[in-house]
Amino acid sequence: MKKILLIVFIFFLKTNISHSLITIDITRGNLDPLPIAVSPLHVDPQSEKHKDIKIKELGEKVSEIIEKNFKSTGLFNPLKKNAFVQKPDIAHLKPRFEDWRLIKAQALVTGKMSIKDNKLKVEFRLWDLTASKEIIALAFTTTPTNWRRVAHIISDKIYERLTGEDGYFDTRIIYVAESGPKSARIKKLAIMDQDGANTKYLTLGNELVLTPRFNPANQLVTYLSYFRNLPRVYLLDIETGVQEVVGNFPGMTFAPRFSPDGKKIIMSFAKDGNSDIYTMNIENRVVEKITEHSSIDTSPSYSPDGKYICFNSDRSGLQQIYVMKSDGSDVKRITFGKGLYGTPVWSPRGDLIAFTKVRKGKFYIGVMRPDGSGERLLTENFYQEAPSWSPNGRVLIFYRETKSGPKGAGFTAKLWSIDITGYNERQIRTETDASDPSWSSLLSK
Amino acid sequence: MTKSLILSISFHLLMILLTILSLPFMLREPIDLPPIVSVELIQISDKTNIPYAPKARKVIDKVKEEEKRVVSEQAPPSPKEKEKPDRIPLPNEKKEEKKLVEKKQNPEEIKPEVRQSSEFEKKKIIDTNQIAALIDKAKEEAAETEKTTSKLTQSSVKDSFASGLTLSQEDALRAQIFGCWSVPLGLPYDGNLLVRIKLKLKKDGTVLKSEILDHERMNKPGQKFYKILAESALRAVRLCQPLKVPPTGYEKWKELQLNFNPTEMLKG
Repeated sequence: MKKILLIVFIFFLKTNISHSLITIDITRGNLDPLPIAVSPLHVDPQSEKHKDIKIKELGEKVSEIIEKNFKSTGLFNPLKKNAFVQKPDIAHLKPRFEDWRLIKAQALVTGKMSIKDNKLKVEFRLWDLTASKEIIALAFTTTPTNWRRVAHIISDKIYERLTGEDGYFDTRIIYVAESGPKSARIKKLAIMDQDGANTKYLTLGNELVLTPRFNPANQLVTYLSYFRNLPRVYLLDIETGVQEVVGNFPGMTFAPRFSPDGKKIIMSFAKDGNSDIYTMNIENRVVEKITEHSSIDTSPSYSPDGKYICFNSDRSGLQQIYVMKSDGSDVKRITFGKGLYGTPVWSPRGDLIAFTKVRKGKFYIGVMRPDGSGERLLTENFYQEAPSWSPNGRVLIFYRETKSGPKGAGFTAKLWSIDITGYNERQIRTETDASDPSWSSLLSK
Repeated sequence: MTKSLILSISFHLLMILLTILSLPFMLREPIDLPPIVSVELIQISDKTNIPYAPKARKVIDKVKEEEKRVVSEQAPPSPKEKEKPDRIPLPNEKKEEKKLVEKKQNPEEIKPEVRQSSEFEKKKIIDTNQIAALIDKAKEEAAETEKTTSKLTQSSVKDSFASGLTLSQEDALRAQIFGCWSVPLGLPYDGNLLVRIKLKLKKDGTVLKSEILDHERMNKPGQKFYKILAESALRAVRLCQPLKVPPTGYEKWKELQLNFNPTEMLKG
């Protein structure tokens, strides 16, 4: 009897206790930039004596580049260095977390540089200041001239660790460098680092060039150039400088792009006022016709898995975006909004398609899902087009032209980037005017 | 002897039961009863009840007119009705319309009185029935949504009722953590983004111990984002210290569970 009583008592006691855990749902947070402190890199005192390499300068520059990269994302807020309390050498060993928390930093980057056998060694650590622990530590050894890339790779690693997304700093951008008056414009192929440094010109500017695109291995570039006044698709090896015409087409070919595996080039071939989409295998040069329609089909772009192709066509009367299987079957129109849609580009993540939209004399860069739903226009301007994705599918780069005066005065073309949220629109500095940008994939992968 | 013992025990049991069941109610302060607050939460609508100024009235009237216009665009009057006053329907047409009636409606549902009425009235009846059916459907949908919302609010009321935090206290805590949480951006839109964190708190609201409840998910392949998300949630809790907890009732809130889920926010 006593036992039963006891059991009953315990039962009620338990149910009472289980009620006591309070649960609160947190469904919102802020998207403010994360305050991050990038401490200058500590330089090994012995390496400072090196004759040829001014390592102390390099240390400052590397931390400067990391800081600049973070700032350009709009997701981080690098704190000013004059607020830092701790010296770099001590911070790199074991930072006093309270000191850093005092200036409202949530993450801290510290590093050390040294030179051994003419090789540059860069170590870095990322500290979570709220948890008071190190969350990533890596070291790179390279030739001293490569210091810029090391800074970008470090930025990528930190970005990846804090956002959960791959970085896009160790990348390059190929574009068309423009100069001269509007009527006699000189267009050259140019390549630069993602932050605008290390610009190199790949062609001389004798022929007009347009729409350069990287292949996934970043070694080859396909682009459009004029040959005997006829636009043709070309292939260029960046390292060797060798270039060649793609395919043996009797007429003009344009709007080239690589397949995700890099084995094929997909492009448009025009004949008698009708253009269709073709692919050419780079290895065996086999040409395949993908679309067969009396309208103009152009601007093809593969989905990252290579199973689908989006392109634009005027088969409905107006230029709209369509999606089909990679063999050309199952064509579906995905845009039904007012205005014209062009230059569709499939995101490397596969979840979105970027496009240019023209409506009522305005140009928009926008994104939508591959089924055409969820259209979002990110930016509006007088003239802008040709979006290209960053390798992580987070940022779009495009070019924008300003209105010119009566004699072509005041006309400029510049590269701009924007986050897919529509925030953080910023101009990318180039030496000359620029158009038709294409973003490479990560170089270090 | 045994009878009396059994009686005594059963009465004692009854008494214990009653006390245990009623004890929380007896302890509760009258201020802690929150249902009125929850009703207010449901009734938050797009338009306010506050009497508006003459200027605002104009604007609102304009909006109303626009709304009316939209309604008329969406439901244009049926062309059949327009025909009615102009001409008397031909016998052939009548038959066709009858057929239509049979197709559209279940004949059993038409009352004999209705069948005897004139053709003109019949048409009307058809239309009104259809509209009524539409309205009914709308009502059903509305009822469903109401149900779900009322369920939600009821459960939240229950939670706070059982938890011992009033709604305002809970809201204060929630708002505090909203401000501290920097949501990482590289999250998949379609993944399960729920991070449950169990906290042990000190009396001043500082965190004594924090624990991620689905810890094993962190190291699973393809769940890299989860680790970053969980870390961001932990960071939010640490940044927010001391948490805004009520000055009394420490026993009730010394253990807290926070469910972080940015899904709604990301879909925006």
